[in-house]
Amino acid sequence: MEILLAILIGLLYAIGAYLILRRSILKFIIGIIFLSNATNLLVFLSAGIVSGKPVFVDGKGISAVETDPLPQALVLTAIVIGFGIVVYTLALKYKFYKTTGTDDLDQLKQTDE
Amino acid sequence: MNAILLPILIPLALIIVLLFTKSQKAGALIGIVGSLLLLTTSVYLFAEVRNQELLVLQVGGWKAPFGISLVIDYLAAIMLLVSAFIFLAISIFAHGFVREANYGPRFYIFFFSLAMGVNGAFTTGDVFNLYVWFEVMLLSSFVLITMGNKKEQLEGGIKYLALNLIGSMLFLAGLGLLYGKTGTLNMAHLAQILQDDQENLLMNTSAMLFFVAFGIKAGLFPLFFWLPASYHTPNITVTSLFAGLLTKVGVYALFRFFTMFFVQDALFWHNLLLIVAGFTMVIGGMAASTHYETRRILSYHIISQIGYMIMGLGIFTPLAIAGAIFFTIHNMIAKTNTFLVAGLISKLKGTFYLKDIGGLIKEQPLLAILFIVPSFALAGIPPISGFFAKFILIKAGFEAEQYIITTVAILTSLLTLYSMIKIWNEAFLKKQPETSHSLPRAKLSFSGLLPSILLGLASIALGIFASEVFEITYDAAKQIIDPQVYIEKVLMSQK
Repeated sequence: MEILLAILIGLLYAIGAYLILRRSILKFIIGIIFLSNATNLLVFLSAGIVSGKPVFVDGKGISAVETDPLPQALVLTAIVIGFGIVVYTLALKYKFYKTTGTDDLDQLKQTDE
Repeated sequence: MNAILLPILIPLALIIVLLFTKSQKAGALIGIVGSLLLLTTSVYLFAEVRNQELLVLQVGGWKAPFGISLVIDYLAAIMLLVSAFIFLAISIFAHGFVREANYGPRFYIFFFSLAMGVNGAFTTGDVFNLYVWFEVMLLSSFVLITMGNKKEQLEGGIKYLALNLIGSMLFLAGLGLLYGKTGTLNMAHLAQILQDDQENLLMNTSAMLFFVAFGIKAGLFPLFFWLPASYHTPNITVTSLFAGLLTKVGVYALFRFFTMFFVQDALFWHNLLLIVAGFTMVIGGMAASTHYETRRILSYHIISQIGYMIMGLGIFTPLAIAGAIFFTIHNMIAKTNTFLVAGLISKLKGTFYLKDIGGLIKEQPLLAILFIVPSFALAGIPPISGFFAKFILIKAGFEAEQYIITTVAILTSLLTLYSMIKIWNEAFLKKQPETSHSLPRAKLSFSGLLPSILLGLASIALGIFASEVFEITYDAAKQIIDPQVYIEKVLMSQK
């Protein structure tokens, strides 16, 4: 299971990296979504997977046989933050498209040298 | 109620009040009064830290490694105090800008959510919580940078957002790996575990991820390109706010992480920090001297001066770190001030482009003085704040026998001086060029000048009371280099 998830994370990072190197802003945003989900999975995997065991803590604290609940709480927060940022990015992209009529990252040269 | 929460709760309460405020005047009033309130709280917290060394609050009553700890040590208290001062200055300055742009109380909502993020990042003692505050801060800065919807703002906003999002992801990935290795994200607990940990290979992976993530936010050498591409696009009020604060939060995080727990492979990391610092200083300084637009010159200056702070971290003696903290305080104040003066100049002349400006010394002698103070401070001319900050850093560099970086730092000072003299010559000394379309003489309002006067006085005061300030920063440096007290107080406190 861990191997499968690790491969999935690698795949998501690859897709994300490919997409953020495209010229279209929309593809860039989709790339960001992929990258952010890959990172979320990475955090999720960091505690290891204990299959079939509850995530709750008994009175004596976290023991080795139970799943560590903390990364799941962390990922939950990270997902919410990620969604918020994606929504903002989409709104920004929409506004940019309405003002300039372009979706091409190569047109963004005005504020550089 | 515990006062540690106040720097976070006050902005939150103000945001809620502002959501129901319709009138522009009331919004501005809440902005100024709220900032004053924040400043009072920071002064109180600073005094408390002076008494007790360290303030800890375990949120929700969960004991240390499990819950979220809020910790204020010397470094955090200093940063809270200086940023509250900058918030006050900007909230006064923003009065005129908000009235012109007709934003109503909306500007102040995001202003205070930025304040909440910054204060949260300074007070937290938990790595994941730091990530959350970074995101709060970033999201409000995204809104502030694109507020107004001008074409170049949206463009700068996209660049700013892209690089910072990637930085946040690296931060999160580093945090995940760190948790996988150590099983904790509490800074005190991490410091305890990692200080006598010998397996540094896995640690270095996440240390590098953190280094790149904070490097992007701080604007370090190969990672700074978003900064000059976006900082000159929004209104000067927003730029001044960002210039004083945002990159310094990245620097603060680097200080925290690389003094408290990434200490295993010290030789490698300190050399890396020194090399990066050297390049940051030189490239930023050189780029600043080629430009003719005040906001761009000053943006490259921000980068160049981040180098000095990281240099202090790289030398890694208590003296050097104290110097770097001193430099950070001085830089936050002086940098905000130069941007504010640039804003005042553009208000008078209608442009930021130096070739179209001139003759200001006769028209506005007060403005000339207001410009001289922060620019002398930045260039390091005694007896204003910058001289002492640089003096401590350079002394520490020689004591630690880091001659190359120290020489680079001294030479970069000349570059800074050169570009400041350029602004001075072009904007103040030379005659008003006839080709330029001169505006009908605009007048500067008192609320525009007051923040600059306040910050200028603060710069001078930092210079006059340099030895007292140095003592405080030296205490802060000792406290973060040797986090024993920090570990004990956070992990033991039962509250």
